[in-house]
Amino acid sequence: MSTLTEAEAPPPTAPVPTAKPARRRGRWTPYLLLAPGLIWLVVFFAMPMVYQASTSVQTGSLEEGYRVTWHVATYWDALSEYYPQFLRSVLYAGTATFLCLLLGYPLAYLIAFRAGRWRNLILILVIAPFFTSFLIRTLAWKTILADGGPVVGALNSLHVLDVTSWLGLTAGDRVLATPLAVVCGLTYNFLPFMILPLYTSLERIDGRLHEAAGDLYATPLTTFRKVTFPLSMPGVVSGTLLTFIPASGDYVNAELLGSTNTQMIGNVIQSQFLRILDYPTAAALSFILMAAILIMVTVYIRRSGTEDLV
Amino acid sequence: MKTTQNSSGDVRLTGIGKTYGSFTAVHPLDLTVPEGSFFALLGASGCGKTTTLRMIAGLEEPSQGTVSLGDQDVTHLPPYKRPVNTVFQSYALFPHLDIFENVAFGLRRRGLKSVKKQVDEMLDLVQLGEQARKKPHQLSGGQQQRVAVARALINHPKVLLLDEPLGALDLKLRRQMQLELKRIQTEVGITFIHVTHDQEEAMTMADTVAVMNGGRVEQLGSPADLYENPKTTFVANFLGTSNLIEAEVDSRSGEEIVLKAGDGKLVLPEARCAAPAAAGGRVLVGIRPEKITLTHADDAGQIPVGRNRITGKIAATSFIGVSTQYVIDSSVCPEFEVYVQNVERDARLVPGADVVLHWSPAHTFGLDAAQDIDAGVEEGAAL
Repeated sequence: MSTLTEAEAPPPTAPVPTAKPARRRGRWTPYLLLAPGLIWLVVFFAMPMVYQASTSVQTGSLEEGYRVTWHVATYWDALSEYYPQFLRSVLYAGTATFLCLLLGYPLAYLIAFRAGRWRNLILILVIAPFFTSFLIRTLAWKTILADGGPVVGALNSLHVLDVTSWLGLTAGDRVLATPLAVVCGLTYNFLPFMILPLYTSLERIDGRLHEAAGDLYATPLTTFRKVTFPLSMPGVVSGTLLTFIPASGDYVNAELLGSTNTQMIGNVIQSQFLRILDYPTAAALSFILMAAILIMVTVYIRRSGTEDLV
Repeated sequence: MKTTQNSSGDVRLTGIGKTYGSFTAVHPLDLTVPEGSFFALLGASGCGKTTTLRMIAGLEEPSQGTVSLGDQDVTHLPPYKRPVNTVFQSYALFPHLDIFENVAFGLRRRGLKSVKKQVDEMLDLVQLGEQARKKPHQLSGGQQQRVAVARALINHPKVLLLDEPLGALDLKLRRQMQLELKRIQTEVGITFIHVTHDQEEAMTMADTVAVMNGGRVEQLGSPADLYENPKTTFVANFLGTSNLIEAEVDSRSGEEIVLKAGDGKLVLPEARCAAPAAAGGRVLVGIRPEKITLTHADDAGQIPVGRNRITGKIAATSFIGVSTQYVIDSSVCPEFEVYVQNVERDARLVPGADVVLHWSPAHTFGLDAAQDIDAGVEEGAAL
């Protein structure tokens, strides 16, 4: 009623109300646009999270069914039993992330600054592995690293395996079913997730900044240290996160390329859920992993000080 | 082009040229920039001025020729070994460093440990002492520009190269910065080489201007010299406005050349003719719009004898305060431009009025008629 009178006879002293209907219609547009994404997140992210959280504090057995009893001790039990796998996950994922950075940075640099007309081709080659399934690619590594295969043979004759065995990364003449194989698999599988963000942030760097640094007496190496690398930090951070987070939860590489001695936390969660059917432990492990990653990522982002790097 | 004593700080380009595949960006050119001068490379985009500058900075390898700073041949030195600094177009400030560190960058690279005093002094010189701890993106365009100048100047280069440094600023700020840069240059006494496409900017700031066109230096000289005595139609049209009339050489008498243009005769001092003028040959006669006096046809009798004159009809006028600009339709030149100071305005000078244009023969210049009469018009007008 009140809006009706307002619309019919806008008082001459206040012309503002006439603009109101249009604004009112526009006010819901952002929410309408948000709705599909929000609904998706609620159904496929928030609800499973709540469900998992409740599972993690349930007790019971498969035969009798599980019931919420707020048994928080599951968390502590899970952590104390599986902390070696947690540590191994962090170690393997961390090593793989570091190797990805080491391998990916020069390639991303090359694509961004030196590739010229080859740029798109190399980028396609970087993405090309995604055209086949993750599983197939990992299985292929099983063949590559097979006992007595050319790779193992070459490494053996170069005495590389002696060194890696001594370091505990491989076992005797074998590469397969060793930590080295798992880390290699992780590095290979997550390399594109490192290269692409690195490339994006390197590519955004204004070439004139390199010229300006050179003009101001910086050698090419200093230019890299003082200008290029700091400016590529957003890419380094997002690349390492995109590599480390999925790698630390991964179980396929450890499953296919590793052995029982190289089990990562992902393998434990997977077997708890699907083989042992101890849902509360599996859910608790998932939450511990998530919390651990969240804490590590927060500390990392704080430390690398990228918040003010736009 | 310009011969000066072989003093220790001159920038000397000898036969320097740059080609990209089959495209010649800079034709081999010789250029000497005297130590301590404010030198401008002026031309439209793509004329080779920036390439020339980048060859001096070492950012571009010349295809031929040499670059020397004083007695040192720097042609093959990488940029970080040259005693030259550049103020880049759009500044190229390091976005991850604050203003202080941007300015200190060059000093630190040369291994200086205590830079604070020098940086503070330099920031004061460009009036940015307060902004030392801000990041470049927090500053306005004019402030960023001053940081770029400070970052280069603090290294006391032998030569400061400025690549369109004021291009991104609005008109008012640009005028202000022109004076500011000129003041700084006078204060520090360093050689400035300034690349610009803005003829007004080049003329207000530089001691010497080299006008470039199509990868060549068209003409080199002081701003007044270039304006008064253009040697090519490009320079005549690019620097300010010129009225060019095609004329035939009628006769020569002593120091003067008499020309036939349409029905009338024009007189041109021989010294100001940049083209061979044999009798019967063709010459372009040029006159600047502000040198011309406009008289209504009824008063033609009062025009003193001995002045060059042309008749026409006013096609358009535009009043711009200080002066009035007239476009005159004349049989010898379709769009003759005349600028008249608004001292005593003749009310009869309205579109459609018959007028006589007249000027002192001393202000006339002559150009080779073989060139494109409109060269440089577009480029000059676009500014």
